[in-house]
Amino acid sequence: MVQIFGECNNDPLKSQEYLRLRFSPSSAPLQLRWRNNGLSADFLADYLITFFPSEENDPQSCEKEAELKGAVSYIANELLENAMKFNGSTSNVPIKLELMLYSDHLILCVSNHLPSENIAGFQSFIHELLNTEPQDLYVRQIERADQDDNMTTSGLGLLTMIDDYNAKLGWKFESILQEKADNIIQKGFISRFLNKIASLVSSQSQRAKLTVVTTMVQLSI
Amino acid sequence: MKITTNDYSIKYDTETATISWQGFMRLNGKEYDPILQLLNQVIDLEPPIITLNLQGLEALNSSGISMLGRFVFSLAKKKKIQLIVQGDKKIIWQRKWVINFQRLMPSLLLEWK
Repeated sequence: MVQIFGECNNDPLKSQEYLRLRFSPSSAPLQLRWRNNGLSADFLADYLITFFPSEENDPQSCEKEAELKGAVSYIANELLENAMKFNGSTSNVPIKLELMLYSDHLILCVSNHLPSENIAGFQSFIHELLNTEPQDLYVRQIERADQDDNMTTSGLGLLTMIDDYNAKLGWKFESILQEKADNIIQKGFISRFLNKIASLVSSQSQRAKLTVVTTMVQLSI
Repeated sequence: MKITTNDYSIKYDTETATISWQGFMRLNGKEYDPILQLLNQVIDLEPPIITLNLQGLEALNSSGISMLGRFVFSLAKKKKIQLIVQGDKKIIWQRKWVINFQRLMPSLLLEWK
């Protein structure tokens, strides 16, 4: 099953220039890997700038380069932080971050597994985000964070993308079937062989249904 | 009062009642707690004016923006302290956000570099 919200191109045209990064979700505790979000976002922004060489003597093109770099670095970091924070800890679905470059815009895309208990809350925030004036939502979110010390996210990242960077946002929620974690963790040739046989005769009950959410951000360039 | 790491630093200068920020801050939610504590300590000192100098803060993630928003909001509720925010228009996140902080606290004074 697929659900779409906002401006989400379900089948984006293939881009000539793209960069894809995949992160294994549970290789180290989140706290240890946190700084990798910023490093990866800066890398993506630096990579993109190669395609927009600025003239040293032209302040306008230098400014444009700095703006684009700042926007991509901010947005990619926010997308990755969210994906890492909300990715379900029980799945081994990789977190994917993708940059696609077109003639007049670029798309930044992140996908991660979203645990079922978080789906309704996230979808209701998306609804609020798409149907409220950003200025009103800014104040509302800060007031909410002020009242609730345990609030893990302010939603300000997504809000900032829309209001500060004029980005268009879209989401795709997709159900996938994945082998249960204990089937995947087994290592070694024999167990892999046994697994293969098991998978040939496996029924749907050995698979878990997961929801993967893709957040798509479109920026004019 | 100060917090210094490889990536960022925050210093409070008692004489000028100025909190100066430098570097790149992209911390994970709860990691902002010590910084919020420092900010609350400054509020407890009750200087008549607090200056927030953000001109050296090149990157701040949305969790950090939320933390700063909460600081501004708590000052606005107190109504006793005047807040001056010094920003730099060259730093994109500051362009909009410093103005959004003014929405949380209409009496806030803005100074651009």
